Amino acid sequence: MLPEVGQFALILALSLAICQSVLPLVGAHRGDAAMMRVGRTAATGQFVFLAVAFACLVWAFLSDDFSVLYVANHSQLSLPTMYKVSAVWGAHEGSLLLWILILAAWTVAVARFSGDLPEAFSARVIGVLGFLSVGFLLFAILTSNPFDRLVPAAADGGDLNPLLQDPGLAIHPPLLYIGYVGFSVAFAFAIAAMLSGDLDRTWAKWTRPWTTLAWMFLTLGIALGSWWAYYELGWGGWWFWDAVENASFMPWLIGTALIHSLAVTERRGLFKSWTLLLAITAFSLSLLGTFLVRSGIIVSVHAFATDPTRGFFILSFLAVVVIGALALYAWRAPSLDSDAGFGLLSRETFLLLNNVLFVVATALVLIGTLSPLVIEMATGGKISIGPPWFNVAFLVPTLPLVILLGMGMHAAWRKQPAQPWARVLRIPAIVAVVLGVVIPLFIYGRISILLFVGCAAAAWILVSSLIPIVRSLRREKGSAGITRAALGMSVAHFGMGLFVIGVTIVSAFGVESDRALQPGQSIEVAGHEFEMKELRNVQGPNFSAIEAVVDIRKDGDFIATVRPQKRQYLVQKSPMTEAGIHPGLDKDLFVALGDQLGNGAWSVRIQYKPMIRFIWLGALVMALGGIIAVSDRRYRVKATARDAVPDTVTGTGEATA
Amino acid sequence: MNRFLWPLIIVAGLIVFLVMGLRHGDPRALPSPFIGKAAPEFELPTLKNPEVRIGKQNLLGQYSIVNVWATWCVMCRAEHGFLMDLAASRTIPIYGINWRDSRPDAIRWLDELGDPYIASAFDADGRVGIDWGVYGAPETFLVDPGGTVIYKHLGPLDADIWQREFVARMNSRGAGT
Repeated sequence: MLPEVGQFALILALSLAICQSVLPLVGAHRGDAAMMRVGRTAATGQFVFLAVAFACLVWAFLSDDFSVLYVANHSQLSLPTMYKVSAVWGAHEGSLLLWILILAAWTVAVARFSGDLPEAFSARVIGVLGFLSVGFLLFAILTSNPFDRLVPAAADGGDLNPLLQDPGLAIHPPLLYIGYVGFSVAFAFAIAAMLSGDLDRTWAKWTRPWTTLAWMFLTLGIALGSWWAYYELGWGGWWFWDAVENASFMPWLIGTALIHSLAVTERRGLFKSWTLLLAITAFSLSLLGTFLVRSGIIVSVHAFATDPTRGFFILSFLAVVVIGALALYAWRAPSLDSDAGFGLLSRETFLLLNNVLFVVATALVLIGTLSPLVIEMATGGKISIGPPWFNVAFLVPTLPLVILLGMGMHAAWRKQPAQPWARVLRIPAIVAVVLGVVIPLFIYGRISILLFVGCAAAAWILVSSLIPIVRSLRREKGSAGITRAALGMSVAHFGMGLFVIGVTIVSAFGVESDRALQPGQSIEVAGHEFEMKELRNVQGPNFSAIEAVVDIRKDGDFIATVRPQKRQYLVQKSPMTEAGIHPGLDKDLFVALGDQLGNGAWSVRIQYKPMIRFIWLGALVMALGGIIAVSDRRYRVKATARDAVPDTVTGTGEATA
Repeated sequence: MNRFLWPLIIVAGLIVFLVMGLRHGDPRALPSPFIGKAAPEFELPTLKNPEVRIGKQNLLGQYSIVNVWATWCVMCRAEHGFLMDLAASRTIPIYGINWRDSRPDAIRWLDELGDPYIASAFDADGRVGIDWGVYGAPETFLVDPGGTVIYKHLGPLDADIWQREFVARMNSRGAGT
C-alpha cells in the first residue's frame, strides 16, 4: 500500500512542479502578482509530496518490503538498519529520487530567503527551478520508477553492494548531490536575470551566497568520496581520475571559477557576460555528470546500471536546458558591456587569470573523461586512458594557479601600486623558499625540483592567506577589522595550502610494501615494525571475515594495534578488503590483507602515508572558509538597507571570498 | 558573427557527439595500421623479475597473443577471468605488456586475481606501447608464428570474441590451434 502512496505522491509532485514552472514565469512576464505568488506555494507543496514519496521508500527498505523491485534488488533481511536507510540512495532509482528531493529543498530555501528580492525576479527563479524539477520527475516516473512492484515478492533481497556498506559512503551521495544540485540555484538566477534583462550587479550579489553554499557541500562531498576510496577500495590511493569522480570534479572546478568571477562582477561590475556563462556551465556540467554516470556511456568503477533509454532521456533534457540557456545567453549577452577598466596590476587581472586557468583545467578533465568515448567510436574498444595522463596534464594549469593565488590575494581592485605589493609578498616568498627546502630535506631527507616546487607553493599559499588574518588581529580596537567574507577567503585559501602540502608529501614519500606474513612474524616498513599477532575468524551481521591483529611499534615502543579484515559477504559472495588504519596527522599506517598463501601465511600490503590527512583536512578547511564567507553581514541585510558596495581601493581587507 | 554564439555551437557539437556515443551500439573494429605487418621489435624487463628480459623473439615459432593491461584499467579486471580460462585451456601462449603501471601494484594484482601470462613485459613509461600503437588498455594482439600481427582487439576479451575473431583467423590461415 505505502509504495502506491509514494507513487501517487510522486505524480502529485510532478503536477505541482508543472504549475511551479509555468505560472510564475507567465506571471512575471505579464506582471500578474497573483500568478507569481503561486510559485512559492507550489514549490512548498512539491517538496512536501516528494518528502512523502521519499519517506515511503525509506519505509519500504526498513520494513523489508521485497515486493518492491528496487528494495529486493538492493537490500536484504540481515543488512544493518543504517545501511537499509543508505541503500535507499545506493542505486539509480533511489538516488534520483534523493536528487529531486534535494532540488525541491533548495527551491524552498530560495523561496524562503529571497523575500527581499523583487517579486518578478524571485518568481522567475522559482519558475526555472520548477522547470528543472519537471524534467527530473518525468525522468524518474517514466524510466526509473523506484516503486515498481515485484510479483511475486522475493523472500529475501539481493543485498546492497558490499562496497557501499560503509558509513562514509552512506553520507557521501547526499552531500555530493546537495552540492551538484545547488548549482541549479546559480543557474536559475542567471536565467532569471537574462529573462528580465536586468543584468546589473545586484544579480551577482544575490547569487554569491547560494553559489558558495553549493560549492561548500560539493567540496565536502568530493573529499568524503576520496576518503572512502582510500580506506575502502583497499589500494591506498585517494583519487583515481575515474569518470564518475571527474563528473563531480568538473562542476567543482567551474564552481570555484564562478565564485571568483562573481566577486568581480559584484564588486566592479566587470566580467558580467563571462559570469553568466560560468553559472550556466557549472550546472550544465552537473547535468553532464548525471548523464555520464547514469547512461552507462562511459566505463567506470561506480557507474550505475546501463540503460540506453535513460541515457537518451537525460541527454534530451540536457540538450533542452543547456541549448535553451545558451541561446538566451547569445541573445542577451551582447547588450552587456562595461566601461569600467582596470590596471594591468590589479585584483581583476589575477581573478581573470584564475578563471582562465580553472577553465583550462576543466577542459583537460573533460577531454580526458570523454576521450575513451572518442576512441570507442573510432575503433570500437572500451578502454580507459588512466591516471598517468591526468596527473601530468592537470599540473600544467594548477601550478600557475597556486602561485598566482598568493599574488592576487594581496592586489587591490582597479589598480595596485607595485611597490607596496611587492613588500607584502616578500615575507611569503622568503618563507616559501626556506620551507620548500627545509620540509623535504630536513624532515624527510630527500629533495627534488618537484618536491621543492610543491612545498614552496604550499608554504606560499599558507603564509599569504594568514597575512590578512594576522593584520586584522594586530589592528587596534574600534577599527572595522576583517569582514567575514575576507576571512572566509583567507581560510579557504589556507585549506588549499594544506591540500597542496598533503598531496606533495604523500606522493613523494609514501611507502608501499607487499609482503607475506605469518602469525608471530614481523616486518619493518618505513621505520615501523609490524607484527602479526594472530589471525582469527570474525562474524559480522551479513558477512564472515578473517581478521589479522597487527601490532605496530617504532623503536620498540608500542604505537597501535590495527585489525585489517578480509570479508566475505554472504549474499553477494564478494570478498571485500577492510583495511586496518592507524590514522595520524603526520602519517597514516595502513595494513590491508591480500590473499592466503598457504602455511598460514597471508600476503599483506603495508603502507606508510605521510601527511595524507592534510588532503582531506585541506578540503574541510576550504569548506569552512565557504561557510564563513556565506555568513557575511552583507548577505543578511534587508532590501531597504541594500546599498551599492563602495568601490574602495583598500586592498587586502576587502571581501572577495 | 556574434561571439556569444560560440558556447552554443560548442555545446551543440558536444551533444551531437554524445548522441552518437549513445547510439553507438555494435562496435566494429577498424583495421589497425599494424595488422599484416611485422610486430614491432621490443625488449623489456619482465614484471616479476627485472633481471629477465623479454622481446619479440619470445613470440616467434607459434601463434601467441600479446595482451596490454594495467591495474588502473577497469575493463582489464573484467577480462581477467576470461584470460585465466584461456590460460588454463593451454590453447595459446599469452604474453602481457603491463603498461604505464607500478610494479608492486601489478604484482599484487596478479597475486590476487591469478596470473594467466607466460610472462608480462613491464612497460613503465609506455614507450613500447607507442611502438605497438596502443591507444589504451585493454588491447590484445594476435601474432602469427612468423612474428606478424594478424589481428588487434580493443577492449575486454570474452569467449565470443575469442571464437569469432581470434580462432577463426588462426583456422583460416591453415594453422589450427
